[in-house]
Amino acid sequence: MSFILDYYNYWVVVFLMMAGFYIVISANNLVKKIVGLNIFQTSVFMLYISMGKVSGGTAPIVVEGVTQYSNPLPHVLILTAIVVGVATTAVGLALIVRIKRAYGTVEENEFDNKDDVI
Amino acid sequence: MLEQHLAVLPIILPLIAAPLALILGRSIFSWGFATLVSGLAFLLSWQLLAAALSDGVLSYAVGGWAPPWGIELRVDAANAFVLLAVTAISTLVLVYSKHSIEKEVKAANHSLFYTAHLLCLAGLSGILITGDAFNLFVFLEISSLATYTLVSLASDRRCLTAAFRYLVMGTIGATFILIGVGLLYMKTGTLNMLDLAERIDLYDSSRTINTGLAFIMVGVSIKLALFPLHMWLPPAYTHAPSAVTAFLASTATKVAVYVMIRFIFTVFGIDHVFVDMGMGLILMALAVVAIFKCSYMATVQSNVKTVLAYSSVAQIGYLVLGLSLVSVSGLMASMIHIFNHALMKGALFMAVGAVFYRVGSVDIKDFAGLGRKMPLTMAAFTIAGLSIIGVPLTVGFVSKWYLVIAALEQDQWLVAALVLVGSLFAVIYIGRIIEAAYFQKLPESRSSENIKEVSWLMLVPMWVLVIANIYFGIDTSLTTEAANSASEWLFQTNSMLENKVMEGEVLEGHAIEEKAQEVSS
Amino acid sequence: MNLWQALEPAQLITLSICVPFVGALLVIATGKVPNLREAVTLITAAILLSLVLAITDYTFLGTTLELDVVELFPGLGISFNVEPLGVLFALVASFLWIVTSIYAIGYMRGHNEINQTRFFCCFALSISSVMGICFSGNLLTLFIFYEVLTLSTYPLVTHAGNDAAKQGGRIYLGILLSTSIAFLLFAILGTYALTGTLDFRAGGIFDDSHNKVVLSVLLVLFCYGVGKAAIMPFHRWLPAAMVAPTPVSALLHAVAVVKAGVFSILKIIIYIFGIEGLKDLVTTDVMLYIGAATIVLSSCIAMTKDNLKARLAYSTVSQLSYIVVGALLASSIASAGAALHIATHAVGKITLFFCAGAIMVASHKKNISDMAGLGRKMPITFAAFAIGAISIIGLPPMAGTWSKWYLAIGALETDKFIIVAVLMVSSLLNIAYLLPIPIKAFFSKPAEGAEPWRWSQTKEAPLPILVALTVTSGCCLAMFFYLQPLVDLVNLIPGVSTK
Repeated sequence: MSFILDYYNYWVVVFLMMAGFYIVISANNLVKKIVGLNIFQTSVFMLYISMGKVSGGTAPIVVEGVTQYSNPLPHVLILTAIVVGVATTAVGLALIVRIKRAYGTVEENEFDNKDDVI
Repeated sequence: MLEQHLAVLPIILPLIAAPLALILGRSIFSWGFATLVSGLAFLLSWQLLAAALSDGVLSYAVGGWAPPWGIELRVDAANAFVLLAVTAISTLVLVYSKHSIEKEVKAANHSLFYTAHLLCLAGLSGILITGDAFNLFVFLEISSLATYTLVSLASDRRCLTAAFRYLVMGTIGATFILIGVGLLYMKTGTLNMLDLAERIDLYDSSRTINTGLAFIMVGVSIKLALFPLHMWLPPAYTHAPSAVTAFLASTATKVAVYVMIRFIFTVFGIDHVFVDMGMGLILMALAVVAIFKCSYMATVQSNVKTVLAYSSVAQIGYLVLGLSLVSVSGLMASMIHIFNHALMKGALFMAVGAVFYRVGSVDIKDFAGLGRKMPLTMAAFTIAGLSIIGVPLTVGFVSKWYLVIAALEQDQWLVAALVLVGSLFAVIYIGRIIEAAYFQKLPESRSSENIKEVSWLMLVPMWVLVIANIYFGIDTSLTTEAANSASEWLFQTNSMLENKVMEGEVLEGHAIEEKAQEVSS
Repeated sequence: MNLWQALEPAQLITLSICVPFVGALLVIATGKVPNLREAVTLITAAILLSLVLAITDYTFLGTTLELDVVELFPGLGISFNVEPLGVLFALVASFLWIVTSIYAIGYMRGHNEINQTRFFCCFALSISSVMGICFSGNLLTLFIFYEVLTLSTYPLVTHAGNDAAKQGGRIYLGILLSTSIAFLLFAILGTYALTGTLDFRAGGIFDDSHNKVVLSVLLVLFCYGVGKAAIMPFHRWLPAAMVAPTPVSALLHAVAVVKAGVFSILKIIIYIFGIEGLKDLVTTDVMLYIGAATIVLSSCIAMTKDNLKARLAYSTVSQLSYIVVGALLASSIASAGAALHIATHAVGKITLFFCAGAIMVASHKKNISDMAGLGRKMPITFAAFAIGAISIIGLPPMAGTWSKWYLAIGALETDKFIIVAVLMVSSLLNIAYLLPIPIKAFFSKPAEGAEPWRWSQTKEAPLPILVALTVTSGCCLAMFFYLQPLVDLVNLIPGVSTK
């Protein structure tokens, strides 16, 4: 039991990751795929943020009387990763808009039939 | 002043230039500007290679923050060599793309194309030069996002679905790399590759490190389209504009292979990856299957771009096979093939793009009779095709020679034989196209069309690559020397690191993992 | 040759490869003026022969001619080294090129062929690469020119451009390229990995330290890798190549290309394995009997063919294996016989092909069954055919006698009586499928139903064709009496002797 509780942040990460991954694979709607991809990426953000936490540490801002801070680097890193994630989502959504214009649908099985896809 | 910042310039220059190309607006201006910037980047990387060959490693601290805290750029013989190839191909493709994209991309999107191309170039240069694992991920995503955009710029609507699939696969791959890097950071508390390498050796048997290795290897394998994670590549290459395909086929996957080499040899260490984790056999098996399966797939396609796309996946098999042999000569074969394959595929896709420019389609049946109508283009295609087959006096022969010799050195006679037998497929898939071009008559329906040779702006870059195919197939000293010093450098770094650890020169680890566990308590 | 004395001897090698190459370029340049173009071909051929004769002089004087051109890999590159076996082959190829050029002019014009410029250009390129094979100083150089030869003859095979030609070209390129990449290149790389060198050296480059099993495998790879030697079951390309115009079949697929194959095998056995080294390998006998089987089987197949060129092609497959068998007997005298057979078979077979082409041009007949009685209309052609046939069979007073003689003695010396029997049976089979052709042509009546109006118009082929086939059939006769210079040349090959 303590095994599960000790690592609860990882369980959250694993759950989110698998849920997002599953949506990416199974969803037929392209927007849902992008949502899945976002959840998938979010799980990684959680992984980074939770590992930066130092027990007993406060937010890494220099304040009188505080000696222990959390590690700020993962937070900074994940800020970059979030930006990358947002950019990916933007490109993905832009593509979906163009797909909708070109095919009239965003359901994968519907436009698959319209072209001889290789 | 500039000399000090030489290492960062190939990244900064296209990165700053990219939005400017967009602002310039008019197609012709953006084209000239982008070509100029890319040409400058090429000259810079030439300087870098010269510096790296004479002085050894160049280290540059971005923003003046000293490594391992700040981001470090490291230029060595290996990445300067690949960078040179990438910037050279980029410049040639840009020269070529002026006419090609006029045909294949909507006029409104032209400056967008050059912007995305420059961004992609900046990303690729960044991947090559950076010495920071997280920074590598960022550059990987810069180049990938630019690539998705580039693929989707074609006028055929199928490029959109291809780009979307590429985006999904690419993002999953990148996220895997991100997870891997995170796990490494968790254990070692550093992101600097050199620093990482030193500390990873302390935790050889750590499950966190091994999981990180697995995530990174799978992520990179998606990016480099290693069988069976290659499914995104054929549609993307087929439906992207020809200039984009020529650029991607000869650079993007090569850079991903370099990332794999980098992680294996300078971060995780040979012993860890190949001895403890047994990745060598896995990679070798996948590479051989890739060579056979995808070469076979190439022989049954009807679209020439798809043929060449599958051929690319097969060639990636050769690249991975070389590094899976775990020897200086094997790695050298891979490094040489990175360069040589860029020359071959670049020329081939440019020739195919020229055909598309005139004929409007690239099915094999549309190549009928082009040998007479477009003699220079088809001659270029034929020579580059012979290079893919591996006929002597072309670069393809040089690659194959070194790869087979490397396999034989390790007493892998079966692998050597398989490499040669696998290359016979190329005889078939290239042969089909050449036969159509030279020995079939132009169909009656086309005889009224005005099919003639393309303009010199397309021919010159194509023929520069074709001549390079022959030149570097005869005078191999430059490629051999660069590849040899690159692979020796990689091996030295590796053994140097291992010695350091053996001597007990241990750096203090941050052991973040332990602290992270405390969170829950 | 006084003409070339001013030159550095080693430059002769460069010239002998460059002259046909430049000739090919000039052929393209003069393509608009057929007479000038043909003059270029003939002059190039004459210059080449004088070059090769000069090289022969140096060889007899014992001067070593060596030339390193470019280093492809560290310590390994394109280099040339003249040795007697190569000189012998170069002499045969360059002499017969002149004759074939004369013949080709008559044939191509008489037959109204298309794309004649491409034809003469590729022809010259092939000869250029043959010279490269002759004088190659290491296996890499041999391999490079071997591949160039394959590629430069491909347009000649598909010359007609119809479906049959394309199909033939596919088989031709498919078999030759696949065997060379999968087997020959593999064997070369294996040799390089084992010994660290690819140079041709007297006595071979392998020694006792090398694993005999590996060497045995390499021998098989080499024999099959040189697909141009047409050892069964990789012989299909040769009959397929017969779709080419007859001058191509005559010079390339009876002499230059196929002889390049057996020459390569002979050279590999003499200078890479060493004749002595061959005796210890288990696969020597295996390949020997496969060669012997090829001799008999392809003679049998030849009998079933009614198309004259197809019959000659299978006869060539059979005769090539004589040379392979001679090399694999691992005796100095059999090797000498094999080397001489390169020359004697060349003149005999080229005569037969010339005749086949002459018949095609004059009477448009391809099948043997239609040729009955034709001898009375074309006496010179069929007389030459008879001379060539007797030489192939190996009966005096024709050139083929000597090479078969040495081969048989070699087989007896090594106590391989089966091989002796195979040689004798093969001669009988040769008689059975070659001699009836001129006999029927002279002594039978034309078949019923032959168009009488065309029959009466049939006469001898154009003059250039007749000149060519007279010269080669004369050679068959002359080489019976004056073979000594070639025998002297063969005796210069290290480890090979007619005594």
